[in-house]
Amino acid sequence: MDNEELEITLLLEAMQSRYGYDFRGYARASLTRRIKKGLAETGLQRISELIPPILYDRDFFNKFVANLSVHVTEMFRDPLFFKALREEVIPYLKTFPFIKIWSAGISTGEEVYSLAIVLKEEGLYEKSRIYATDFSDTVLEKARKGIYPTDLIKKSTKNYQKSGGSTSFGNYYHADYESAIFDRALKKNIVFANHNMVTDSVFGEMHLILCRNVLIYFDANLQNHVFQLFFDSLRPNGFLCLGSKETLEYSKEKDNFVAVIKRQKIYQKKKTHRGYHAESL
Amino acid sequence: MQNHYEAVVIGVSAGGFRALHTLLSELPDHFTLPVMIVQHRKASAENYLVTSLNKNCRLLVKEADEKEKITSGTVYLAPGDYHLLVEKDKTLSLSIDEPVCYSRPSIDVLFETAAATYQAGLIGIILTGANSDGSAGIRSIKAGGGLTISQHPETAEADTMPLAAIATKAVDYILTLQEISPFLNDLLEQSHETKE
Repeated sequence: MDNEELEITLLLEAMQSRYGYDFRGYARASLTRRIKKGLAETGLQRISELIPPILYDRDFFNKFVANLSVHVTEMFRDPLFFKALREEVIPYLKTFPFIKIWSAGISTGEEVYSLAIVLKEEGLYEKSRIYATDFSDTVLEKARKGIYPTDLIKKSTKNYQKSGGSTSFGNYYHADYESAIFDRALKKNIVFANHNMVTDSVFGEMHLILCRNVLIYFDANLQNHVFQLFFDSLRPNGFLCLGSKETLEYSKEKDNFVAVIKRQKIYQKKKTHRGYHAESL
Repeated sequence: MQNHYEAVVIGVSAGGFRALHTLLSELPDHFTLPVMIVQHRKASAENYLVTSLNKNCRLLVKEADEKEKITSGTVYLAPGDYHLLVEKDKTLSLSIDEPVCYSRPSIDVLFETAAATYQAGLIGIILTGANSDGSAGIRSIKAGGGLTISQHPETAEADTMPLAAIATKAVDYILTLQEISPFLNDLLEQSHETKE
């Protein structure tokens, strides 16, 4: 192990022991880049120099950890996914009197606002509750505000149109020169909450879980852990939506789900409960 | 002493479609190194570039999957709108971290992570392109003891990227597009002879 790897290992140990935030199961290459980026912003020289301020300064830690959560993407990323959600999954969800949705690892919230818009347009919003979670309070606060740079809007508008949007994307935000503020009404049924997929437990009886482009940051073990968490958090027949380059194919939970729209990575939890086939019926 | 090379990384932007066809179609089926490529492009459902390269190339060309084990004789393309990274255990990973040099996938991200893993065993190549992504990556490869090549700017459809790479003074060879594949072949054969 070279010094840099050693310093990162020590840093991750420190964060885990002091605050319970466990990044040890993260894919190392991108984590290393993020840590170095955080380091560059502090003006410190070596990764190990981050350990004392992280141990002794909670604000410093909060800022540092927010950096590790932020991934940047526009709204309605993968428009065809949202189209499939709208056309194939929503009709099924409409049959329930009330639906619970978990958007896991929301970062700055682009995905959860996209989802809220789909639910509104499909007449499902009023009977939905969306739990929008992330491990960083700083990042959650940003998501809650729903303010985005205008250059993000241009790309998002195109995506929205391709996703089968039924009105004008401009109806959902107020823009000034630099930023677009999303309609407060979209937030009415969103509960923003701190939850860490690595260390926290099951989250309600969900009809739908969206967790796209978060698992690519995890190693295989951690991915398996999170797939199990999702399985346990879903109702029978509940849906799980992954990112376009993510798959359940190689996980232990594979047999507990059906790939209902394989191309768009939409899976459905099987009706049978865990362990049923193991018993001699 | 000749290095023993383990992997090739290629960064290319504007003009890349033709450049990649020229370069990859010249690689023989016994080419033993894995090749990882960042071509700046938009995300698209139908993967025209991969299909078309596969038709014209003797090696297997595929879009990189996350956690995929890097295999020799395979050409991996970064998926649109994802960074492609090399892990220390020689697997591939993807991220949607912020764009670098306005680009996702970014050449720098691939080159820097590949340099950290392969060090002196890495060959980095910059081809045609209209921005300066890849220059920092070329520096990392050179610093790690790897070998660096730039397409000759005069033979590039867009010369900004080769010129930016050459300006780092970390480029070992400046070659025309047609010279690159034969050069890689010679290099591998020499490297095998030295090893034996």
